[in-house]
Amino acid sequence: MITVVDYGVGNIGAILNMLDYLGIEAEAQSDPVAIERADKLILPGVGAFDKAMSTLRSQGLIPSLDKAVLGCGIPVLGVCLGMQLLARRSEEGLEAGLGYIAADVRRINLPPDSSLKVPHIGWMEIEPTHKSPLFDPETPVERFYFDHGYHVVCDNAAHVSATIGYGAPLSCAVGRDNVFGVQFHPEKSHRFGMRLLDAFAQMA
Amino acid sequence: MRKRIIPVLLFDQRHRLVKTVGFGARTYVGDPFNVVRLFNEKEVDEICILDIDASAHGRAPDLGFLRELASECFMPMAYGGGITKLAHCEQLNRAGIEKYVLGHSALDSDLVRALSRDMGSQAVVACVDVAGQGATAQCVTRSGRQQTGHAPLSLCRQLQDEGVGEIILQSVERDGQRTGFDLELIRQVAPHLSIPVVALGGAGEAIHLAQALQAGASAAASGSAFVFIGRLRAVLVSYPTMSQMDALVAAHV
Repeated sequence: MITVVDYGVGNIGAILNMLDYLGIEAEAQSDPVAIERADKLILPGVGAFDKAMSTLRSQGLIPSLDKAVLGCGIPVLGVCLGMQLLARRSEEGLEAGLGYIAADVRRINLPPDSSLKVPHIGWMEIEPTHKSPLFDPETPVERFYFDHGYHVVCDNAAHVSATIGYGAPLSCAVGRDNVFGVQFHPEKSHRFGMRLLDAFAQMA
Repeated sequence: MRKRIIPVLLFDQRHRLVKTVGFGARTYVGDPFNVVRLFNEKEVDEICILDIDASAHGRAPDLGFLRELASECFMPMAYGGGITKLAHCEQLNRAGIEKYVLGHSALDSDLVRALSRDMGSQAVVACVDVAGQGATAQCVTRSGRQQTGHAPLSLCRQLQDEGVGEIILQSVERDGQRTGFDLELIRQVAPHLSIPVVALGGAGEAIHLAQALQAGASAAASGSAFVFIGRLRAVLVSYPTMSQMDALVAAHV
């Protein structure tokens, strides 16, 4: 059973739709006790960093997430802003992040003469950096849908599991032990996203 | 990076997919669930669904219908029609839709700011309808009936500053003509914004999409090009493959 953290900030409907289509048991949960006891968590998120963190806090979910992820070591997958929340802090706001990954979130900075746009909206082929439970550099190239203005910068390169080139190489997936995050939207990425969510569901 | 190609589907108050010409006469296209399913199978980059009767009838987004539609959409989905407050977008989000298209409501600065603060600017799309061409081009709203007094670039800049994350730039006269985009309009606006511009209005075939991308649009959208074929506008759902688009864009550089 995958528990999708429902704190009113995130594309919960779309994630549940895809899990349902894949035949993966999942439920949305906003109850701190249920989240603390989850087997596996997806932390969705769209929108602004501070609004997401302050909502998690006001709903009393941060201690539950800490217990489940850091205490029990269950797998957690942060999606889009949900991945950024795994970091320590963000240039987008003043709130502290969850700090499960040693990383900061920075605005995508392009040279003034760049024809690229921010927010970065569109599909990109990703480059896995090493074999991880969610990616395998041996598999054929996969593309995913992105919609973001900020990106995660890890202290430790070993925590970066995939990158894209957007002006510069950006980390688009992170992972360490039981903590995983993807900057793109698997729930909006056709069969590529299905493969990824299925891999997360299969994870022990 | 590969630019996006976006089918735009219009539905009326009876949940029928239709296509307009010049924002007027409507042709019946088909059943929305069938058509969305076909685009899903074709792995389209993104889909944009507009309820063209909601605002005129003062109706809020039809959540039950949209929720059902979104449950079959494993692609990015933008919705527009009748969005006038933050709560609409929160409900749409729960239904599985992550981008919100504002037409007339985009002129409500307080709404745009609230949406971009709470939903993030990447979720806020303004559809800017333009009547006239070249130096006389003017932004219009209310299905093209009301002048705003804004020139396209100045309104788009203002929207960008207020927190809109993307602009759908639509030519009213080209709507449904299938003769190509107003490329001059795209060139007037897209290079001067830091946010992406989606070109809409006038595409009839894949080459037109490539021309819009070449003119500086970050994405090319069409209601006609993906649902009609031939002079008589027979309904046929189609979508160019990535390699077709890559070849067309490359041929245009």
